Amino acid sequence: MPTTALAAYSEVTASEASLRRFLHGLPGVDQVGAEARAAGLGTRSIKTTAKAWALDLAIRMVDLTTLEGQDTPGKVRALASKALRPDPADPSCPSVAAVCVYGDLVGEVKAIVGSEVNVAAVATAFPSGRASMPVKLADTRDAVANGADEIDMVIDRGAFLAGHYLQVFEEIVATREACVRPDGSHAHLKVIFETGELQTYDNVRRASWLAMLAGADFIKTSTGKVQPAATLPVTLVMLEAVRDFREATGVQIGVKPAGGIRTAKDAIKYLVMVNEVAGDDWLDPDWFRFGASTLLNDLLMQRTKMTTGRYSGPDYFTLD
Amino acid sequence: MASTSSTTGGFEYAPAPESRSIVDIKPSYGLFVDGDFVDGQGSSFKTINPATEETLAEVAEASEADVDLAVRAARRAFRGWSRMSGRERAKYLFRIARIIQERGRELAVLESIDNGKPIKESRDVDVPIVAAHFFYYAGWADKLEYAGLGANPRPLGVAGQVIPWNFPLLMLAWKVAPALACGNTVVLKPAETTPLTALLFAEICQQADLPPGVVNIVTGAGATGQAIVAHPDVDKVAFTGSTEVGKAIARTVAGSDKRVTLELGGKAANIVFDDAPIDQAVEGIVSGIFFNQGHVCCAGSRLLVQESVADEVLARLKRRMGTLRVGDPLDKNTDIGAINSSEQLARIRELSDVGEAEGAERWAPACDLPSSGFWFPPTVFTGVTQAHRIAREEVFGPVLSVLTFRTPAEAVEKANNTPYGLSAGVWTEKGSRILHMASQLRAGVVWANTFNKFDPASPFGGFKESGYGREGGRQGLAAYLQGGDL
Repeated sequence: MPTTALAAYSEVTASEASLRRFLHGLPGVDQVGAEARAAGLGTRSIKTTAKAWALDLAIRMVDLTTLEGQDTPGKVRALASKALRPDPADPSCPSVAAVCVYGDLVGEVKAIVGSEVNVAAVATAFPSGRASMPVKLADTRDAVANGADEIDMVIDRGAFLAGHYLQVFEEIVATREACVRPDGSHAHLKVIFETGELQTYDNVRRASWLAMLAGADFIKTSTGKVQPAATLPVTLVMLEAVRDFREATGVQIGVKPAGGIRTAKDAIKYLVMVNEVAGDDWLDPDWFRFGASTLLNDLLMQRTKMTTGRYSGPDYFTLD
Repeated sequence: MASTSSTTGGFEYAPAPESRSIVDIKPSYGLFVDGDFVDGQGSSFKTINPATEETLAEVAEASEADVDLAVRAARRAFRGWSRMSGRERAKYLFRIARIIQERGRELAVLESIDNGKPIKESRDVDVPIVAAHFFYYAGWADKLEYAGLGANPRPLGVAGQVIPWNFPLLMLAWKVAPALACGNTVVLKPAETTPLTALLFAEICQQADLPPGVVNIVTGAGATGQAIVAHPDVDKVAFTGSTEVGKAIARTVAGSDKRVTLELGGKAANIVFDDAPIDQAVEGIVSGIFFNQGHVCCAGSRLLVQESVADEVLARLKRRMGTLRVGDPLDKNTDIGAINSSEQLARIRELSDVGEAEGAERWAPACDLPSSGFWFPPTVFTGVTQAHRIAREEVFGPVLSVLTFRTPAEAVEKANNTPYGLSAGVWTEKGSRILHMASQLRAGVVWANTFNKFDPASPFGGFKESGYGREGGRQGLAAYLQGGDL
């Protein structure tokens, strides 16, 4: 996959020192300015036809997620059915992009959704990422072997914050290799930064470039286990990063905000941001996802309101 | 360019117009004198919606005699208003501030209709700052002894105030709030193209039970303004507008004991260093020059960008300009509204043509402009030098001139090389450089890593041909108090 343009960055990742120089040489992010820009985009008013279009797109972008210790085969099967037919009352309602579960439950989901909806598995000692490298890689290979289409890995935030960028880089490279299936294809790799722990926008920008250079297919904000999870300004910085990365290398990378996006109104703000910051090319489930669970029902409720003109109660939508 | 219908691909933003039914525009308006609306003795003029050219209302043109009546009313009211305790005056100002908030949507819609500015700005910027200004000065009214202007500062008397069309209600607030807080009474003339929110403000004064004559609003054009400025019983003149008119006012009041503050034109440098937060700098460049269609005296109309990052900054700026939405001011998704008048549009066109003729390279994103009304696309000129007219004269429109520099010293030299000195912007991640630049730039306001931010607590005013006196903050009180020059 690395193109010649991307190969030009091989010197950057040749040593700890050169990688640090590169990441710290990226333009800074002014916190106040970034937050003002995100808030400004949040005031866009999306109505009527534009809203209907955005709601359907948002549904198609959902990674319907359950990542609890109490997840059972029954629970994830129910979620998988919902992913296929989010609104049983309306066959025109599209399926979501993927179901996201722990690696051991991939088979349960796969049995329901087949190849109609992707199955994503979290790996690499999710959510903390605190395990040795062999354990993380075994975790990844296990999920891939179970049939996962996508792997959501976490970076080692401790290593990142300690300034060991090359270690983080090499872990992503190794995880990506662990995503390769026997037939040579590979599970799509999403790299989770846990931006709530990285804290500064400068760190988010550096982590974005680090992960993209290491071969991430997607960059993802959060595990959903740490507050704050996804925010508009964090996603703004990541969208700027993928936009700039494609301009520099020709390689397009996806973005996935996860955690804390609960309402259709919020989801539409994200889509406006994708549209105006990264551009039209990212307005597609292949390039933008929402990691969410409760969001889906609000999208469905708003969708029904658009088609029928009425709000119905929450009991008209399935709880899974 | 995304105009009324977006061209950014699949995500077409459907029209999202703010309803104008909240505003009740009367077919004709008189003058607000001594607490009542009265017919003027002069003729009348029309105010139009610059986005559609439809006539909104017929407005009285105050004659010299009308102005005289207004000044007399203000003089009569001054006796009671100036002797009222500061705490009592504050009650009225707080009440006005609250009513402005309550009627905020009405004011925002009316401002956008009469002025052409996008509703998102009138709603999120103008009206909130207007209310904040009244709240802020209401707080000062009973604390004037502690303003650092002497033990017993006294009001000046009748203030004659003439304001421009770019921020009709906001400029009114900047003038009226401190004047009233200090115990002065006012005769105010809104600009001839944008009188309607001032007349709605007059209604708010009635609603707040403000004593008659404390605020008088006379509409009209230059002659009305001249009558206010020249009136012998006006103690203080406050003007915001063009440098040309400001000079004429200074000549008119010369030799009299009138006090004057002038807030005039600008040609601000927005300086982007190579270590700037580039994406936010691009946002700052955009808001610096395209906010309010560039009808901003402190607009960042000269971009000074360090040569080593000039190409990158310009490429990003142009991409960003492609997402600006020009069109119906009442559409909530509009970023750039209508040019305020055909006269102003003609001036913007003329100066832009001169820019091209002088060899600068003109660029604007592809843009569908509405067929009626006054419109100008967001435009950037590159290859501009200090010798170009568009680098020296105030365009007062959405037109940016881009110049480059090599070193901080050169940036300072070019930024200061202008007859104006109202504002400047500095973009760098280096704190020490911000402080150094701020001390070197001869401009009343220097913004660091932001632009066009206003706060009632912050004084605003110019150097050189940008005028004298300060508005806002504690410093703004000095313009309306005796002994305030200490």
